[in-house]
Amino acid sequence: MSSKTLFEKVWEQHEVVPETADTPAVLYIDLHLVHEVTSPQAFSLLRSRGLKVRRPDRTLATMDHSTPTDPDEVFGRIPIKVESAARQVKELEKNCREFGVTLLGLDSDKRGIVHVIGPELGATQPGKTIVCGDSHTATHGAFGALAFGIGTTEVGHVLATQCLLQRRPRTFAINVHGRLQGGVTAKDLILAIIGKIGVGGGTGHVIEYRGPAIEALSMEERMTVCNMSIEAGARAGMIAPDETTYRYLEGRPYAPKGEDWDRALERWRALRSDPGAKFDREVDIDASSVEPMITYGTNPGMVIPIHGVVPDANGDPVHAKALSYMGLNGGERLEGKPINVVFIGSCTNARLSDLEMAARILKGRKVARGVRMLVVPGSQQVKREAEARGLAQIFIDAGAEWRESGCSMCIGMNGDIVAKGEYAVSTSNRNFEGRQGAGARTLLASPATAAAAAVTGKITDPRELLTA
Amino acid sequence: MEPIRSIESRTVVVPFTNIDTDQIIPARFLTTTTKEGLGKYAFADWRYDASGAPKADFVLNTPEAQGCSILVAGRNFGCGSSREHAPWALLDYGFRAVISTEIADIFRTNSLKNGLVPVVIDEDTHRWLMENPGAQVRIDLETTTLHLPTGAAVRFPMEAFARYCLMNGVDELGFLLQHSEAIDRYEQAHQA
Repeated sequence: MSSKTLFEKVWEQHEVVPETADTPAVLYIDLHLVHEVTSPQAFSLLRSRGLKVRRPDRTLATMDHSTPTDPDEVFGRIPIKVESAARQVKELEKNCREFGVTLLGLDSDKRGIVHVIGPELGATQPGKTIVCGDSHTATHGAFGALAFGIGTTEVGHVLATQCLLQRRPRTFAINVHGRLQGGVTAKDLILAIIGKIGVGGGTGHVIEYRGPAIEALSMEERMTVCNMSIEAGARAGMIAPDETTYRYLEGRPYAPKGEDWDRALERWRALRSDPGAKFDREVDIDASSVEPMITYGTNPGMVIPIHGVVPDANGDPVHAKALSYMGLNGGERLEGKPINVVFIGSCTNARLSDLEMAARILKGRKVARGVRMLVVPGSQQVKREAEARGLAQIFIDAGAEWRESGCSMCIGMNGDIVAKGEYAVSTSNRNFEGRQGAGARTLLASPATAAAAAVTGKITDPRELLTA
Repeated sequence: MEPIRSIESRTVVVPFTNIDTDQIIPARFLTTTTKEGLGKYAFADWRYDASGAPKADFVLNTPEAQGCSILVAGRNFGCGSSREHAPWALLDYGFRAVISTEIADIFRTNSLKNGLVPVVIDEDTHRWLMENPGAQVRIDLETTTLHLPTGAAVRFPMEAFARYCLMNGVDELGFLLQHSEAIDRYEQAHQA
């Protein structure tokens, strides 16, 4: 038998009908995550065709993108201010009722960002195919699942048939050697990777992150890495499951129990790329040389080490346009530059360990005068744990706003936005023009770098505050 | 979906690389529950200033761009968010095809599902198109060829099934539903 990659093993286990020259494969989907923004038109399609949801038991819905994070709005004490968002919330409630889909709605203590709650509930498991109408679905690949984002028409396809028509993507190994230095996080690593391969570097490929630096990461760190695979253009990102994965999953509500767990473990242990398996492309990265990273431009590939210098446009009009939007000049240092907003949240960096990292820096300190800091936990469970462990109090004492879970300021369609021209150091995943609000200037960084900026009011190497 | 055999139009050139779907339609316009009427939000933050007035220097606001249904853009068009609102907005605006040297995966898939034709061409042809905005070109799906006014005919790749669906107005859901028995068998075999 020929050597296979992790991706190939998972793909082949889910082929209902293999691809031919004329037709794509029919690929079975084990878990379909649904949210309020990309699903209404898909449910309408089902209704117009008189179709049912084929497997409501493999479909899980929540609300995160357009939902408010202000507790009064979330818990219905006052109406949701963004009226069209309120309509989407109602629509998803209606659709889930009508089609028999489990909904972790606004009042559920299990609600949260879809890519935070899937793993948290143990619904995300090695070897599964997982899709969602959201490009950051790649997050779930941290467990050795094949997980990717789809459009709304495809959401309809999966609701109706539990399958997708897919051409087999190419494979791409990113081998990460060495070990991350202290104060350098998984976010810095993935930003460095995107900086190296470019925002279109992974197009048409499924990435497998491997090597000692990846194996040393916790599950939450692995999720941060896989989450941003799409920012390199990749279909998905995967990491082979190991003891770290199994330890994380055991005992979670949707994880297998008893003998089922033992059988699952046996299956999962086979989920790694065979020695000698061939990838279509390979890149090597040395984790030891990665510094805290920060973006300066309008896509995640426009990124430099924290002590670095903004590259010159050198006559490139796109680069010049990005610098003009950001109000920056080539040759300028970012370190020491004043900022207006700090956002800690999103499916990239709003898990407990992210909040712990930020709290380490904020403990006993204050948010700088004139800086607004918003901390938005990734799920209601993360929120409860952060409160129980005293993290929330550290944020509140420092002068930050502590909110209910949701996508919040990462996408700016729920009332949480950055004002025109303001600089926001954000732990989210996209620094596109207008992403956090029309005219907002986003600087992507790790929770440590974001927290350090909150304290000093300017772009700061977090290692200075971690050792102090 | 209406069958598409060929598309002929002048081009409009948006000369940037890595145009993400947040530019094609900003997130604040995603709080809709239907597909219709999104064309007015296409490239909203590039087309309009804060007061809602058209920005004269943005190409879609120029007289030459009116009535063009083929968009030419830089490498990695449609990257970022999976929002299908992006092709919905472009189609509702009046575009029928997008030409680039590279088109992001999810955007390409979403476009094909809605009859917006993604055309990926070589660097040289692309450079010619970027330098000649408003060129009258024809995209022929029968032969998967892009015809330039110079007489050049450039082949472009298109996945066989996607081409078949576009040319015959076939809805992929219908095709998937024909596999219901195979899906039943898969579920039984895998106790899924």
